[in-house]
Amino acid sequence: MPGAGFLDNVKNLWRGHRAPASRPEGDGQRIRVGCPAHNCGGRCLLVAHLKDGRIVRLDTDDRPDELAAPQLRACVRGRAYLRRQYHPDRLLRPQKRIGPRGAAQFAEISWDEAWQLLAGELRRVREVHGNGAIFVPYGTGAYNQVGGPATARRLLHLFGGCLGHHNSYSWAATNVATPTVYGTRVTGNQRQDWLNARYILMWGWNPAEMRDGTNSDFFLKLARQRGARTVCIDPRHTLTAQSLADEWVPVRPGTDAALMAAMAHIIVTDGLHDAEFVRTHCVGFDASQMPPGLSGEESWVDYLLGRRDGVPKTPDWAEPITGVPRDVIARLAREYATTKPAVLYQGYGMQRRAYGEQVVRAGCALAAITGNVGVPGGWASGLGLQAPDGGPLWTVFPTGENPIKASIPVFLWSEAVLRGRELSAADGLEGAERLTADVRLIWAVATNCLVNQHANVNRSAAILRDERRVEFLVVQDQFLTPTARFADLVLPACTQWETWGVQDGWKYGDEVILLPKLVEPPGESMSDYAIVRGVARRLGLEEAYSEGRDERAWVEWCLARWRETRFPDLPTLDELLASNAGVWARPATRPAVAFEDFRRDPEAFPLDTPSGKIEIFSAALHDLRRPDEVPAVPKYIQEWESPFGPESASFPLQLVGHHSLRRVHSTHDNNDWLAEAFPQRLLVNPLDASARAIADGDLVRIYNERGEVVVRCRLTARIMPGVVDLAQGAWWTPDASGRDRGGSVNVLTSERWTPLARGSAQHTAMVQVAKAFR
Amino acid sequence: MRRRLAFAVDTSVCTGCKACQTACKDRHGLPVGVLWRRVYEVAGGGWTREGEAWRHDVFSYSLSISCNHCDEPVCLAVCPSSSYVTRPDGLVVHDPDRCLGCGNCAWACPYGAPQFDAARGVTSKCDFCAAEIDAGGTPACVAACPLRALEWGDLSELAVRFASPDVHPLPDPGLTTPALRLTPHRDAARAVPARARVANREEIGE
Repeated sequence: MPGAGFLDNVKNLWRGHRAPASRPEGDGQRIRVGCPAHNCGGRCLLVAHLKDGRIVRLDTDDRPDELAAPQLRACVRGRAYLRRQYHPDRLLRPQKRIGPRGAAQFAEISWDEAWQLLAGELRRVREVHGNGAIFVPYGTGAYNQVGGPATARRLLHLFGGCLGHHNSYSWAATNVATPTVYGTRVTGNQRQDWLNARYILMWGWNPAEMRDGTNSDFFLKLARQRGARTVCIDPRHTLTAQSLADEWVPVRPGTDAALMAAMAHIIVTDGLHDAEFVRTHCVGFDASQMPPGLSGEESWVDYLLGRRDGVPKTPDWAEPITGVPRDVIARLAREYATTKPAVLYQGYGMQRRAYGEQVVRAGCALAAITGNVGVPGGWASGLGLQAPDGGPLWTVFPTGENPIKASIPVFLWSEAVLRGRELSAADGLEGAERLTADVRLIWAVATNCLVNQHANVNRSAAILRDERRVEFLVVQDQFLTPTARFADLVLPACTQWETWGVQDGWKYGDEVILLPKLVEPPGESMSDYAIVRGVARRLGLEEAYSEGRDERAWVEWCLARWRETRFPDLPTLDELLASNAGVWARPATRPAVAFEDFRRDPEAFPLDTPSGKIEIFSAALHDLRRPDEVPAVPKYIQEWESPFGPESASFPLQLVGHHSLRRVHSTHDNNDWLAEAFPQRLLVNPLDASARAIADGDLVRIYNERGEVVVRCRLTARIMPGVVDLAQGAWWTPDASGRDRGGSVNVLTSERWTPLARGSAQHTAMVQVAKAFR
Repeated sequence: MRRRLAFAVDTSVCTGCKACQTACKDRHGLPVGVLWRRVYEVAGGGWTREGEAWRHDVFSYSLSISCNHCDEPVCLAVCPSSSYVTRPDGLVVHDPDRCLGCGNCAWACPYGAPQFDAARGVTSKCDFCAAEIDAGGTPACVAACPLRALEWGDLSELAVRFASPDVHPLPDPGLTTPALRLTPHRDAARAVPARARVANREEIGE
């Protein structure tokens, strides 16, 4: 095993760039500032050049570039930010709806009238339906501490509460499935430790485009320079596959768990598993280590060898399912099991699928049986929050306690509108036996999830058009998004550079990044916090809501909270401003390794699972008695829309919607520099195109029973045959016939959820593609 | 020996993310359609069905190319209004005030570096962020690269670490003697036999 996780071994791998920021133009100011976070997976630093009250130029991080705390260089989205900041379509004044819902007919009103209207509706709905009828949906469009949905939730909690939600759109299945194996979501090492790996399986993982931590792509480059072999498993030849992988293994979407099972079959039958680690640290691997009282149940080895179902999960079995040649499967298995330490990093796209929980559990089981858990250069797989304490995803802005305890899985908001009081624990409801009200008032802050980013756009639109269900919808945003078009009241929020904010380093990197107010908001737009404070005033709650603080004072409050609880050396706001550092970083001089203690002594440091060990077989899942959808050992389950089902007769192509550099989810869709760099195209393999007489650049129809999208296509061998790809996040732009001309993938995705987490399965969708003539 | 400024790109790790292209647009205020730095996606290979499995030999790599400030700049040679001059450090700079907007340079340059700006009626191109580097700074594209794959400096020094002056399908460097050095992507070696082509022409404005 090389090294011991100490960075001393890996210093001076590259010539550290010392790029001094360029001189300011004229008499302007230069301020280091966080790139406004919209939940992209990176948290980066920019240098804003100010002149005459306007941002005229952006540079990126110019601090020393050290491995333990590298520069936070912004990606193309941050570099194009001024095209969003100064976009002519910015919302400048409050507007109320004057036409049918969704027709986007509005009249401008004063802030006084807007606040009065919203306060009045909140009172009315509370009076008629109760607090449980008020809902603030998931929203990540203003992902810093003093902005976004948290600002509205804080007020509603003071107002008697609102319906809560839990889990996330991004990683619902892994959020729930990872702890069934490890008892925790903190399964990731600090990323500098990748430099200790000798083999890295980037499974459905594309940090070059979605980032997944600023510098994740850069760390992979360094790991390869140090000798790690890297393999990218993905149906698309991503930018990661191109530039950071020694090999690309295309896999049919939704069959990753079958590929994992076949790899495990090879590892087990070749005897390449770490039998000692399995014996001392795992349960449920084979019949010898089943949980008490469950000795007769199917172990993972029983499943792999087909002892119960008569189907050994060999590469021969997996080849027609996955499309991966059997010899490649066997070679991958042997490489992964014998080139140690090895990382099996799971991206999140493959768990936003019909049975997303299975692929998470299978990946964790592979890491466990190869003994790659708790060692430098290894990786436990699963969600991968950063050791030792879960990393910087640390929300400190205080929303207070919600008097309403009921909480729905976030992906089920439309069910809460349609079925409301019928929802129960069987639907994933937490905190209550049943809902006490249907959702009647939605206060959407910095979110496009209601229409564009939720599955099945046409269904969501129909639900929202029905004014008998959601009686009032208020949307706060910078632009008239597809969600905002359905609002009864549109409130113009300013950008994160027009108010004060502070953000953490997201999933990886111990950083605190400041967003000082750079410029004044245009028109009458104002911060989320100021908007909500105005409502609080009308509700007689301003004092309790604000505690006398403005946005800047809340930034100071957040810094103090972080200083007390996590970063004792964190400077004050005044110190950060005086130094113009923009960011405070805690260097990772000795990268933390998840499960190090457990690895050393599993008796003294047991996991927080029922057995205290790694649960390849989960007694808790067994007890759910839903073996077909939630088996106790990880299994491949054919999806409810797949190339192998009857639906493929009409809709034979699998549709995926990757996270592209074109946007952050739906943010930036109207950014012309990004549109120029990455035009929205359906990616089609030339073999599928020629079967449909489609030529490169043609306008094509993509359709299924849920809707139809018309966009131009690009023929490329960089997508697997049988699969088409439409990058997610484009704004739904229906024409008169209802066909979307904007390229919103969610016109085609299903609202059906995963069985355990009740999370998004939006990548499970079958479609047909044909040439369009207009 | 005089300093000869050049760009160098490690195309073996360039992801094609276009942070360089966009940082350049921000720095120089370039409208849509004007790309002083362009990122070419070079792709090749295909698929074979084998029973129920798929085999492939698909590959791609990205080439981030601006103006290469050539020793024998054809832009300068064909310009009827003497808009181009070569500085002592080798930079080929363009004076928009002298430019007629005739487009000769854009047509002649084998790298497509001069870009016609229809709104202004003139051609423009990468100036190596001359104002920055003269003041001790760094070209915007180099400072932007998230992979730290893009560098600048003296050509002879860069040539030590960046092996190649030529990666398919760049023009024969003998044509203009560009100040450009590259580390080839491993798949560049099979680009010619595989008839790899630029797969993102619409993103380059072609």
